[in-house]
Amino acid sequence: MASTATASAPHRVAAPNAETGLWSWITTVDHKRIGIMYGVTAFLFFLMGGVEALIIRAQLAVPENRLIEADTYNQLFSMHALTMIFLALMPLTAALFNYVVPLQIGARDVAFPRLNALSYWIFLFGGLFLNASWFLKAAPNSGWFAYAPITTKAFGPGLNMDFYVLGLQVVGLSSIVASLNFIITIINLRAPGMRLMRMPIFTWMTLVTSVLIVTAMAVFTIAITELLFDRFFGTNFFNTVSAGADPLLWQHLFWMFGHPEVYILIIPILGIVSEVIPTFSRKPLFGYNVMVFSGVLIGWLGWGVWSHHMFAVGLGPIADSFFSLSTMLIAIPTGIKIFNYLGTMWGGSIRYTTAMNFAVAFIVMFTIGGISGVMHAVAPSDLQQTDTYFVVAHIHYVFFGGTVLGLWSGLYYWYPKVFGRLLDEKLGAVHFWGTLIGMNLTFFPMHFLGMFGMARRTWTYSRDLGFNEMNLLATAGAFLIAASTLVFAINLFTAWKRGELAGDNPWGAATLEWSMASPPPVYNFAALPQVHSRMPLWEGDPTKSAGIPHGRVEESTDQITLGGTKVGELHEATETNKMSAHDLGIHLPPPSFWPIVLAFGISLLFGSMIFRQVEGAWHNLWYLSFAGLATVVVSIYAFAFEPGHSH
Amino acid sequence: MKSTGSLGRPHANGAATGTPSRAAAGRTRLGALALPLLLLAAGCGPDHLKHYPATTFAPVTSYAREQDWLFRYVLVLGVAVGIVVFAALAYVLVRFRHRPGAAEPQHVHGNTTLELAWTLIPAVILAFIAVPTVKAIFSTQAPAPANALHIVVMGKQWWWQFKYPVNGGRDTVLTANEIHVPVGRPVELILKSDNVLHSFWVPQMGGKRDLVPNHDNKLVFTPEEPGVYYGQCAEFCGDSHALMRMRMIAQTPEDFQRWLDNEASAAAEPADSAVMLGRQLVTSKPCVGCHTIKGTVMAGVTGPNLTHFGRRRTMAAGIMDNNAQNLATWLRDAPHVKPGSKMPDMKTLNLKDEEIPYIVAYLQSLQ
Repeated sequence: MASTATASAPHRVAAPNAETGLWSWITTVDHKRIGIMYGVTAFLFFLMGGVEALIIRAQLAVPENRLIEADTYNQLFSMHALTMIFLALMPLTAALFNYVVPLQIGARDVAFPRLNALSYWIFLFGGLFLNASWFLKAAPNSGWFAYAPITTKAFGPGLNMDFYVLGLQVVGLSSIVASLNFIITIINLRAPGMRLMRMPIFTWMTLVTSVLIVTAMAVFTIAITELLFDRFFGTNFFNTVSAGADPLLWQHLFWMFGHPEVYILIIPILGIVSEVIPTFSRKPLFGYNVMVFSGVLIGWLGWGVWSHHMFAVGLGPIADSFFSLSTMLIAIPTGIKIFNYLGTMWGGSIRYTTAMNFAVAFIVMFTIGGISGVMHAVAPSDLQQTDTYFVVAHIHYVFFGGTVLGLWSGLYYWYPKVFGRLLDEKLGAVHFWGTLIGMNLTFFPMHFLGMFGMARRTWTYSRDLGFNEMNLLATAGAFLIAASTLVFAINLFTAWKRGELAGDNPWGAATLEWSMASPPPVYNFAALPQVHSRMPLWEGDPTKSAGIPHGRVEESTDQITLGGTKVGELHEATETNKMSAHDLGIHLPPPSFWPIVLAFGISLLFGSMIFRQVEGAWHNLWYLSFAGLATVVVSIYAFAFEPGHSH
Repeated sequence: MKSTGSLGRPHANGAATGTPSRAAAGRTRLGALALPLLLLAAGCGPDHLKHYPATTFAPVTSYAREQDWLFRYVLVLGVAVGIVVFAALAYVLVRFRHRPGAAEPQHVHGNTTLELAWTLIPAVILAFIAVPTVKAIFSTQAPAPANALHIVVMGKQWWWQFKYPVNGGRDTVLTANEIHVPVGRPVELILKSDNVLHSFWVPQMGGKRDLVPNHDNKLVFTPEEPGVYYGQCAEFCGDSHALMRMRMIAQTPEDFQRWLDNEASAAAEPADSAVMLGRQLVTSKPCVGCHTIKGTVMAGVTGPNLTHFGRRRTMAAGIMDNNAQNLATWLRDAPHVKPGSKMPDMKTLNLKDEEIPYIVAYLQSLQ
């Protein structure tokens, strides 16, 4: 293997060629490795956001607590949201998109492998930059939706919101780049015979999500660019004091992004459970076409509901009515999905693996979040709920009960494909029940707290308002979630080396990613598969892969055909896959270090602007920005002219 | 922390002691609700208002009642839908669990009739929600009647300023943190901010409305029962957002008029030497720069108007009872009690410990 690597042309002295070790990860353009890096990084950020949540809950455990300062609390709740949304949940979905989608559509990689690496490194540096604000005691402190004008210089002179505009600018760039890549990959790189309406639902939902990210992130980029110009160059988009700006401009721009963002975080999950539930029910997805179109419709309608976040700001009865009704409409495609999941399980043979448990819990928790969502759509009564803990409960039933439970389902489901070993089911059960009970202890009482008058984003509360017991309960629940997550982390880590070997298709699933060895060879498919149906691996005699505890398949996939080829033959091909891609004559894009250099340059360019805001010695560090810009220019040039062949 | 204890008494005079008749009205409405279990879990019942003085479930205006009715209506529908879905799910999960030796399931790909049904049925349910929703949107935002009392509400970091018209609108009266309203007369709040966003929220009076700079908002309701109602800023507004509270005091028209006339008058003259000394201190210290006390040299506008401060039930934006001890705590170290407060500590105010009792005595004399 090493010999093929060192065979690269001698005239390119600097070309990276490592296949193992740290350097190989830094220069990799393999979608699978990038997926793993996304996953590991995002999980670490998830733990960080979780610790922030625990400090918040510790502060709120008892009334009139002075455990932390008010400003620290404001930084914590802001960073908790930013970390979870931009640095944990979105990248965790990106990890699955990266790893799974090319395998599901029968491709050897994404359309632009180096761009894929670039988006990961930008995400990593952007996330680190955003969190570097803690060292200056100046993390963003105006909430994730950062309503003007508290974010303008007049009311927020500190560095806090500078970190917000600069950090999210960088992180947002990563999301846009990655999503363009997924869209092009899904449109162009499908295996022969995989028509759009044969794509696995997870791939479909990746496509919908990616379109939403590209369009919604563009709006957000405009908003934070305007705020950046206000803060750094004295423009007057949101300056209410001297320029008479209407701060509702920010709210419109933010929620035009922010509401699609909610669907950006939930549509991938609708894809995940649409894979998990059929697999463990041993039945195809009920109403595939409707599932596709309802997913597209949710994404589309998600663009027409943003002002339901703004019922209290005074838009007038006509706008309120429009956004009430459009929001209610979303309940219809969402309901269809829930009922179609029931239809999928109906008549099935349901195996309760941890992945399936999380998928089922997702249905229940997300439905609760959906019901409270319809309650928010009712504008007049929403005036009592908005900006209270009722909303906090609702968003956590959607983001935690929906997104997080769905992601955990996906991780239990695809982990064996990624690492070749199964996650432990006993630890999985502890993780599952702890998380489910913990989240309900934490978030269910918040519905009542809100209706009983507790406003959100309050650093402390009076002991006389009856909030005490329910807050203590919520704090206890949060620590239960934390303990369960620790069990999950241990499971993820120990199974990596010591887990039970998974085999190619441990769950007896139907989609293409299960047709190859676990973990897959670097080139994924030795020969590109010919696809004839939505469930290539169930085409032959599906009973062959049934009847084993947890649906584990042993050596019996030989009867199942894959696009007319016996999977057994494919299996043999994967045996030969022990050989390198080069031996098989498969061209793979060579590794490159330009993605990380370019990402570093972009981050330096934005990050160095922080220093311009500090008085004194740092003030003159303008050359850092210049160095960043120079790095960007040079690395874009090198990126563009880098040879695509290493031999 | 010692001082935190003083934060904990906003309710001795507050909504907790609201009138019994109002509580009873809330009780019957609660009792009529078909969700006894849910409400039991929430501690609803005869003592609901006593346990949860800031609750939204004890509406006292038609504005709030309309919202409350809608909430309960949608809650019942939502819980009913939830029960149906979860019962079906539970059935499926048990009935179709994997059994050893069972036959492989049939591969069903869909069912158009069923899928149409679960598209149309939710649509019909939503129509039943949509119609009353739109009706209520328009009725709760109807323009104020001609006889309405207009009060300008200005949100500050972190307190409330209320401006009343007097003398037929020729003059105005400024007060802070306790908004008085007459029972039986429509009130139109004109909501303004000259700083960041805030949100006016007195749960028993009804849903909140934001205070947006350069974008005046209105909120119309008719107080129906005398009482003291708890309020809180509901839009994040910075460090002490949590401590930006208020009281709404609904009074009979006669009581209200008496209160307003008193507010319009100048501050009481000191009745004894201690109070006199207090006034001398207040009017010679930096207090002058920020506060107004009508009838003295004090005309600052940064902080609350203190002309009739002694009459207020609470202080520091409704976070504690207005009494000598809390007042002294506040004067000694306001930024500790309320982080980010523009009111500095006693050192910056050039106050000495032995001066504080006199200032307290003077402020309490401002009836």
